[in-house]
Amino acid sequence: MRFLDLLSFAAGALRGHRLRTALSVAGVAVGISAVVALTALGEGARRYVVDQFAALGSNLLVVLPGKVETTGGAPFGGVTHDLTIDDYRAIARLQRVRRSAPLAVATDTVHFRDRGRAVPVLGTTADFAAVRRLEIGSGEFLPVGDPNQGGNEIVLGVTVAQELFRSENPLGQVVRVGPWRFRVVGVLAPRGQSLTFNMDDVVLIPVGTAMRVFNRSSLFRILVDVRMRGEMEVTKKDVERLMAERHRAEDVTVITQDALLTAFSAILNALTLALVGIASVSLAVAGVGIMNVMLVSVTERRAEIGLLKALGAQDRQVLAAFLTEAVLLATGGGVAGLALGAGAIRAFVGIYPSFPASPPAWAVASALGLSLAVGVGFGVWPARRATRLDPVAALAKR
Amino acid sequence: MIELEEVWRIFRVGEGEVHALKHVSLTIERGEHVALVGPSGSGKSTLLHIVGCLDRPTRGRYLLEGREVGTLSEEERSLIRRHRIGFVFQFFHLLPRLSALANVELPMLFAGTPPEERRERAAQALKAVGLSHRAEHRPDQLSGGERQRVAIARAVVMDPAVLLADEPTGNLDRASAGEVMELIERMNARGLTLVVVTHDPAIAGRAKRVIRMDDGAIQRSGVRGPGFEPRAASPESQGGG
Ligand SMILES: Nc1ncnc2c1ncn2[C@@H]1O[C@H](COP(=O)(O)OP(=O)(O)OP(=O)(O)O)[C@@H](O)[C@H]1O
Ligand SMILES: [Mg+2]
Repeated sequence: MRFLDLLSFAAGALRGHRLRTALSVAGVAVGISAVVALTALGEGARRYVVDQFAALGSNLLVVLPGKVETTGGAPFGGVTHDLTIDDYRAIARLQRVRRSAPLAVATDTVHFRDRGRAVPVLGTTADFAAVRRLEIGSGEFLPVGDPNQGGNEIVLGVTVAQELFRSENPLGQVVRVGPWRFRVVGVLAPRGQSLTFNMDDVVLIPVGTAMRVFNRSSLFRILVDVRMRGEMEVTKKDVERLMAERHRAEDVTVITQDALLTAFSAILNALTLALVGIASVSLAVAGVGIMNVMLVSVTERRAEIGLLKALGAQDRQVLAAFLTEAVLLATGGGVAGLALGAGAIRAFVGIYPSFPASPPAWAVASALGLSLAVGVGFGVWPARRATRLDPVAALAKR
Repeated sequence: MIELEEVWRIFRVGEGEVHALKHVSLTIERGEHVALVGPSGSGKSTLLHIVGCLDRPTRGRYLLEGREVGTLSEEERSLIRRHRIGFVFQFFHLLPRLSALANVELPMLFAGTPPEERRERAAQALKAVGLSHRAEHRPDQLSGGERQRVAIARAVVMDPAVLLADEPTGNLDRASAGEVMELIERMNARGLTLVVVTHDPAIAGRAKRVIRMDDGAIQRSGVRGPGFEPRAASPESQGGG
């Protein structure tokens, strides 16, 4: 039997039951569109995070106190030295380091007159702006100077500035953080969520002040901006060696942004897969729908099957005919589902233009493959039943 | 060309057994026109199905054109049905979604005949049954007699050796029945072997030979002489022998 004849024979049989055909196609379409739309969202989330990392600066190393990885030798649990401002200064002097910024973090309430707002207070230096690619909206950033000294300057995130000062100009005003007074020197340009902190809703003060005010002995992080992208690993080694010398122990962890990115990526991939898994359930339901339709069809068309056999159709041809019907239903649903899913994504992007949601090519391909598999998988049993039908019995009943 | 030797067909029904055919031995020559008659449940259809390779004997031998077909694989039996046997049924069994022409094309579809050749041969077969003007009509747009003629066109389009008809006129009025019988007799005259199961004495009377069955066994078979009266040929009148 010719392939095109097989197709048109199956399509003709499906046209005989338009409503039933349409409904089972719709079932698969819903399943496939769910797969496509949800993978697009998951993939979009991953891309969003990747973009965020890129905005952070791609040459970033992060030094944190304590040994996170247990790479052979000394296991976690030995004496952990504090990560100090002097450590930061030593790192900043390294050859391959363009610039570096220490980071001390606490949460406290910032007051201006009777208004207060609890925000993360970041203690850092002037270089932080360049390292984290922050822009100043008005005024200026923290002053350059001895980080151990620390003045009483404060830079506000744009949300903090709005909440505390409303329409007033915050520059030059005095705010209180706990019992301490700070002079506002600048307000950040709007930035939004940047992985760990919403940079619109923080305040920044000199690191030396922060350590004193919050009574910290250790920095939270040291951010390191490496000169050359290709020297990330070498520089990481440099920093590790330097810190090992200074602390006489391997008690800090240096992570590259790539490592972070990989970790996030893995999490988001898992999320995408979970979404696909959920969507697949509806696809399985659609598959059962196809199976049901095909079983009804086989039962209804007993006489036809008997006739085909009497006319010399071989068992495998009967099998192929019914399997083709199931596959047509499923792939029809697959194509309709792709269109539906693309429409849903377009609508979503219309509402959230900044979210880079688009179905990855592998999702489109596998959605079609999946629908094909559903057709074959759920069509094979009904088709086998058609094959096994005794032609004499099938023809006897009208 | 059709030889049955001591053929039995036994159906298992629950605990018991139904002997639908009992030591049936029978020879039908090429080009014969045979009527198969007998009361309801006597095994006529069962016999026809075995001859048509749709069913297998429980016991006994069946040779079609010298080939033992009872032991062939299902695949090979499909090919025999496709190429050597044409079926005509009481209820026509046309596919309602297909046009008359497409129904006639069906056997060639499964044989993998190229579309142009298929269409041409189907049109030829429809012409032979006088239905060229109905080629694009669907079965529900045709009369009973026309449907059966389409079914006959379909049965002979593969140029089979034998045409098996199970009560082909059972659903037709007398006039259509006459047309249909004339048609297949014309084909028989051109060499097609014909086996017709019928309850109609008039139809049976048109056959050269009548095989009467009762309770699964062949009662009598004979060749009609030339001066034979159709009425007297009814199976009932032959019963006692
Ligand atoms: N699949 C089956 N299972 C059990 N018994 C069967 C089966 N097919 C036929 N029979 C029995 O075999 C016997 C012969 O049946 P068959 O259909 O051959 O009769 P028939 O002569 O064609 O009758 P009719 O004139 O009514 O068509 C009947 O007793 C029938 O009940
Ligand atoms: Mg019968």
